[in-house]
Amino acid sequence: MVLPSVIVLATAAVLIALASAGSAVFAVAAPRVLRIVTLPLFGLSGVCALCAGLGVLSGVVAADAATLPFGLPWLPWRVRLDELAAFFFCIIGAVSFAVGIYGPAYVRGFEHGRDSLVVLGGFAGVFLAGMLLVVLADDAFLFMVAWEVMSLSSYFLVAFHHDHAANRRAAFLYLLMAHVGGLAILLGFGVLAAFGGGFEFSALRAAPVPGLWASIAFVLAFVGFGMKAGLVPLHVWLPEAHPVAPSHISALMSGVMLKVAVYGFIRVVFDLLGDVQWQWGVAVVVVGSLSALFGVLAALMESNLKRLLAFSSVENLGVIFVGLGVSMIFIGTGDRLLGVLGLVAALYHALNHALFKALLFFGAGAILHTAHEQDLDQMGGLLRRMPWTGFAFLVGCISISALPPFNGFVSEWLIFQTALQAWHLEGGVLRSLLPIATAVLALTGALVAATFVKVFGVAFLGRARSRHVRRAGPVPYGMRAGQVLLAGACLLLGVFPSTAIECIRRVPEQLLDASLPQATAQGWLWLTPVSPDTASYSAPWVVLLLTIIAIVVAVVTRRSASRRVRRRDAWDCGFAPPSAQMQYTATAFAQPIRRVFGSLFDITEHTDLDEKGRYHHHLVIADRSWKLLYLPLARLVDKASRRVLRLQSGNVRTYLGWTLTTLLVLLWTIS
Amino acid sequence: MDHLLSLPAWTIAALQALLYLALAPLLVGWVRKVKARLQNRRGAPVLQPFSDLRKLLSKEVHVAHTASPLFRIAPYIVFTATWMAAATVPLLAVELPTAAMADIVVLVGLLALGRFFLALAGMDVGTAFGGMGSSREMLVSALAEPAMLMAVFTLAMQAHSTNLSAVINYQLVLGLSLKPSLLFALAGLSLVAIAETGRIPVDNPATHLELTMIHEAMILEYSGRHLALMEWAAQIKLALYGVLIVSIFLPWGIAQTFAPLPLLIAFGAIGFKLLALGVLLAVAETVLAKMRLFRAPALLNLALLLALLGLLSHIILEVGV
Repeated sequence: MVLPSVIVLATAAVLIALASAGSAVFAVAAPRVLRIVTLPLFGLSGVCALCAGLGVLSGVVAADAATLPFGLPWLPWRVRLDELAAFFFCIIGAVSFAVGIYGPAYVRGFEHGRDSLVVLGGFAGVFLAGMLLVVLADDAFLFMVAWEVMSLSSYFLVAFHHDHAANRRAAFLYLLMAHVGGLAILLGFGVLAAFGGGFEFSALRAAPVPGLWASIAFVLAFVGFGMKAGLVPLHVWLPEAHPVAPSHISALMSGVMLKVAVYGFIRVVFDLLGDVQWQWGVAVVVVGSLSALFGVLAALMESNLKRLLAFSSVENLGVIFVGLGVSMIFIGTGDRLLGVLGLVAALYHALNHALFKALLFFGAGAILHTAHEQDLDQMGGLLRRMPWTGFAFLVGCISISALPPFNGFVSEWLIFQTALQAWHLEGGVLRSLLPIATAVLALTGALVAATFVKVFGVAFLGRARSRHVRRAGPVPYGMRAGQVLLAGACLLLGVFPSTAIECIRRVPEQLLDASLPQATAQGWLWLTPVSPDTASYSAPWVVLLLTIIAIVVAVVTRRSASRRVRRRDAWDCGFAPPSAQMQYTATAFAQPIRRVFGSLFDITEHTDLDEKGRYHHHLVIADRSWKLLYLPLARLVDKASRRVLRLQSGNVRTYLGWTLTTLLVLLWTIS
Repeated sequence: MDHLLSLPAWTIAALQALLYLALAPLLVGWVRKVKARLQNRRGAPVLQPFSDLRKLLSKEVHVAHTASPLFRIAPYIVFTATWMAAATVPLLAVELPTAAMADIVVLVGLLALGRFFLALAGMDVGTAFGGMGSSREMLVSALAEPAMLMAVFTLAMQAHSTNLSAVINYQLVLGLSLKPSLLFALAGLSLVAIAETGRIPVDNPATHLELTMIHEAMILEYSGRHLALMEWAAQIKLALYGVLIVSIFLPWGIAQTFAPLPLLIAFGAIGFKLLALGVLLAVAETVLAKMRLFRAPALLNLALLLALLGLLSHIILEVGV
């Protein structure tokens, strides 16, 4: 069998990822193997995936499909790297490559620990291979196998530090939710396969699904992929599971695995189901908006850095789904061009989120590596102790806050531009939905900026709030290089959006047979999503002007002014020199906003005095969805299982009786 | 897009940007003067803010031992971002390259960039006041920014463009109209402007050493040229909001060609409008008292609600009727 070229590269990426997993076995004897062989192979797999993806998206090589000699006898594994898959290959590849650079120095810290390096290296490789295969799969069978491989291997990575009970609990919750979600996806494919007469995606795509069944399949897919993507109210596992994994794995889970869920959703809804209905889009927009708002408020009130970043992933996935929902509304009402714009905006945000969230998790990992601290309230003054990490982290914070000229701004801008075309829609209700969703997005964006001012201000600025943070120093070169690489990518995608969109728009071209003729029609300097008169943004010009102005201002003010800079104590309105404890902490920073939005959460706060005369402040912010949804559900399951328990009499004859009855009923139904 | 990048257009854009620099302290001086007259004081000369800036620029800079490099970079970024944002708001003429390369959303983004660094600078030295100011600033902006976006989106959706030039052209063609959406948007945007520029009743620009301050608390540790840049940026921001409001709601007089006479008329018109707006602001600040911090969110929620009502009333009542 002759394999076509791009598939060779893509398969090579999967095989190298598996080789990376295999090499981790030798870490039993020599822990060094993990950073000398396993992680470089991991990065190499990322490079292969990135090359394959970029090759297809830039049009250098054609999209291709192949049949692999594995799988069941009557159902060989089919793989296909089309434009959509290629785009997600780029996301996976880019972050995995950065992990390959960042990881070796980071895992060095685990070499003398008690946790098994084989588990860390082995399951990370399998995890990567699983994600690549999900994207590569061209039949539902391989898709589900790869999906389960991805879920299970990441379970072991979440449970890596398993000596803490809280981590085991988080991992179990993750496993449970992943399987409920997996079941929903499986059932969704079942509905499609019933009409398609086979498991190949080509058969599913060709078969028409009648209206009601299509909606059922959509709901199942939305629940299944939404659970993996951490959409509200199915998000509860995410803030538990993502932070407890080692940081480079957290970067992969938040940056990449959530995008694989987005991929699955797009594949099923836009590609396999075909006829998108606008009502689905409304549901997606509503859920996306709620996720965005909930995620950012939870992040804002959180003081544990990695948990905060995980909550912020909920927010960003919400934004991506708002983009997808807007796109579905436009496609459903027959406005394909605007639908394409929404899809491109959502994909752009998916790419951006992968980059800056991985960057921020790398930063959190660097702090954990050198200061052994995750609690923002203990940090402070890290910018002067680790300037490389600090400035890379600052780029991440600016990008995620959607500030020009970085990448987060471009995707936010595109989503706004799509939503502003709401006047094309028929009907007041539908037309007013988009502005309300836009208002929620705008509020979310402003709160994200507040969140990341808090994060950067408390962690990197000011003065250290604890002794171990005061002793922190720069991290090894490899870790810095990984962060700088991602920071550079954030800047490039922010300054040259037209070039990136030239590539991204091939996805809707293949998926929806529609393109964005206007978006880049004015050359690489201009981004004009609908038409030059409607909206235009020229990031290169803005950056150029900003740079020129900044330089001129700096030169002029320095010339006119006295150049002396005198160092002295902080003035602070003339009070006694403030101690580090007098600074605003993360909790204090969020207090005004907690007061305004607190009613959405279950907050218990009190202060008490201990016998030594010291005050202790207790603050617990609980997620209302536990009380409203999960605990009643758990009670229901508990009660139902007690009912079922009555069958368990311990008497073999009774069991045989039940078996016989079941068989008879089944035979009767079938015949 | 190339027709926008001609030499005359660039010249006017540069001229307009420089005019903002000059106009901003003047507007602040004017408001202070009117306020003083209203309170039966003689007040400082209108040009006093220029003298203050000149003095600050020539003073030496004091930087705290605990400050990081960000503390010294921040004033330049804040000033640059604010000035760039101002340069995109048509002051004299429309169809300028700056308005095309950065639309309303970019304008809001640039202001947010400046605020981001301002708030970070407040937290840098590690004093209690700085963190307090930053925290409050982010609270105010978190509520004001969506209201501003909604207000400008109301106009953008009517003009079918987020380009400020196009919005102004649309208003000029429309003539004076009392559309409900425009009135709601104007009310919303005015409240946002008051909150974002740190005026009474949300913040008091004349206070120090009080637990009520927001903006002043963030720049408390600055001195010399750094303080000058921060102050100047705040003044430009006030001018920007003033020009934005008068240019998109009352654009008459703005030049649509680059001929000398229309430009001169535009200069006179914008000067007159800003003087009138300054009087309004001074009267409002004299009549109102500063609110408690936790009353401010109610005001800003009102702004958001008004702006959203504007957008909805446009989209439900005015589109396709």
